Amino acid sequence: MFRRQILKSIGVAGLALATGVSAACAQEVVKVGLILPMTGPSASTGRQIEAGARLWMAQNGSTVAGKKIELIIKDDTGAADQSKRLATELVVNDKVAFLGGFGLTPLALSVGPVATQAKVPAVIMAAGTSTIVASSPYFVRTSFTLPQNTAPMAQWSAANGIKTVVTLVSDYGPGLDSEKAFKAEFEAKGGKVLESLRAPLMNPEFAAFLQKAKDLKPDALFLFVPSGQGASLMKQVGERELAKSGIKIIGTGDVTDDDQLNGMGDALIGMITSHNYSAAHDSPENKAYVAAFLKANNNMRPNFMSVGGFDGMAAIYKALEKTKGDTDGTKLVEAMKGLAWVSPRGPMSIDPATRDVTQNVYVREVKKVDGQLYNVEFATIANVKGSN
Amino acid sequence: MLTILLDGIAYGMLLFILAVGLCVTLGLMNFINLAHGTFAMAGGYLTITLMQKAGVPFLLCLPAAFIFAAALGLVLERTLYRHLYDKTHLDQVLFSIGLVFISIAMVDYAYGANQQIVNLPDYLTGRFSFLGASIGVYRVFVIAICGLLVVSLQLALTMTRFGSRLRAAVDDGRVARGMGIDVTRIFAVTFAVGSGLAGLGGALGTGIISFDPTFPLKYMIYFLIVISVGGTTTITGPFLAAILLGVADVAGKYYVPAVGGFIIYTIMVVVLIVRPQGLFARAAAK
Repeated sequence: MFRRQILKSIGVAGLALATGVSAACAQEVVKVGLILPMTGPSASTGRQIEAGARLWMAQNGSTVAGKKIELIIKDDTGAADQSKRLATELVVNDKVAFLGGFGLTPLALSVGPVATQAKVPAVIMAAGTSTIVASSPYFVRTSFTLPQNTAPMAQWSAANGIKTVVTLVSDYGPGLDSEKAFKAEFEAKGGKVLESLRAPLMNPEFAAFLQKAKDLKPDALFLFVPSGQGASLMKQVGERELAKSGIKIIGTGDVTDDDQLNGMGDALIGMITSHNYSAAHDSPENKAYVAAFLKANNNMRPNFMSVGGFDGMAAIYKALEKTKGDTDGTKLVEAMKGLAWVSPRGPMSIDPATRDVTQNVYVREVKKVDGQLYNVEFATIANVKGSN
Repeated sequence: MLTILLDGIAYGMLLFILAVGLCVTLGLMNFINLAHGTFAMAGGYLTITLMQKAGVPFLLCLPAAFIFAAALGLVLERTLYRHLYDKTHLDQVLFSIGLVFISIAMVDYAYGANQQIVNLPDYLTGRFSFLGASIGVYRVFVIAICGLLVVSLQLALTMTRFGSRLRAAVDDGRVARGMGIDVTRIFAVTFAVGSGLAGLGGALGTGIISFDPTFPLKYMIYFLIVISVGGTTTITGPFLAAILLGVADVAGKYYVPAVGGFIIYTIMVVVLIVRPQGLFARAAAK
């Protein structure tokens, strides 16, 4: 009996000590919880973002405004219910000061209510549907939006003798966003969209859609599929010989994803895309970024997802500097509004009105450089807003 | 029009080769093997590895994929599957789905989750004109190989001694054993051939579809549709079902793109309402 009493009091004391210590630590450590698809069909997105985020920390140290930054990576496998559960866990158990990541639109949307309720800033490093940021006052985006990346493609097409276009997109939020943005911009400039085709998201066979596009004989075929799925689409585009029958292949840069571009084959040479990032972007910042990224990741080429992660961490660091280490969520979001810096992708900023990303969008052509395929930029549309 | 038809037939043929092994294990051996796609994936990834890393010609990869998947099937049958022949269907489902997840994780670890791409040799790419339609060389290649396989499978099953032994072993294993037929060995060989065919289908598929670690799950649905629409008692049933589904899928997406993706599911639902035992099966015998 007496022994048990002693044990109990030791236990209580120990517990008090432990909680006391962790409370003291909590003031020193700022936790950043990234929710990413590290397995499943979108795993390449997760790996690129994680590598980008880690590279930022390797280059800029893990201490900001006297606080130690701790990165926690959680795998949601690309399932929205998992994202939401993990976000809740990160907020309640780990007491993170920032959420981040979100590989796909539905994943980001599911986390919105958690961020709003917990007043924790959530940095979108990938998902590209324009409406997400408006769904929670704690969302900030450092990736891109589909309308942002698509409209310049429509402008370029209209200005370069393309009169008729067939669009083929994946049938989900970003695809529809992209289809709508292209059509609106292209028809406003006097072009005509002959047909808007939508392929199921998990579609293995594009034969029918591509044949349809070919039979409609447009001047150009506009393509959008999410990052990681471009390879199978482009293989079938090549097989069907659309380019040989005089149809120009255009699209957003998601299709010619740097991560996979090199393996897609020479059939892609000449494809025109518009996007916010290319590993071949010509700037000292990007040259240093690509070199460091290749070195740290076993020669995996950085793609547009990786800069989303890299710049997401940049926004988090800069916000903490601005609040001098204060981790109040509302103050941090305020601090992020209007931030501007030069990223490997070029100049970018967070629009204070929408919390969405404003950046340059580049028109690029697939070319062979030193024996490897790259998206070589040849025109810039400066300061395109992410959403209005 | 002809282009669409041929595209559909090629896709259907591919589905058939991928699924026919499952039709053998499910229909003939009465074993529910949801891990069937794993063997197709093994064949596909072997082709990808051989072509990308070792520079092996594509045509050599096809038999290699068959042998590799068959050997894998044989090993797994001897070590794991045979313990489950007498178990309930639920046990079999749980076991094989577990195997699927293991294989997904292994491929993910070894190759990463990216889609893998194979660039076909030049003589198999390209298109030619036939009766005014533009036809892909590779699709014709797939149709030819699959057609050949269907005929030889059907002949092997109905005309050869092995075929009649297999049918005997399935109809009544105890009596077959009593007649001196080595049922265990016949099942092992059959399982291996079924897996090998899936591997071959995977290898052929690299030219049309792309491979990522979730392949066994993604295509399980298609296999099961082919089997449920075609029935499992014959080879011709699933074959015709696969062609029907391939053509309906491609034609549906071409002519009514708005609902194209749903057409094969609609067909499946209608078929199962009208003929629950499958389109081409005899009425349930047992």
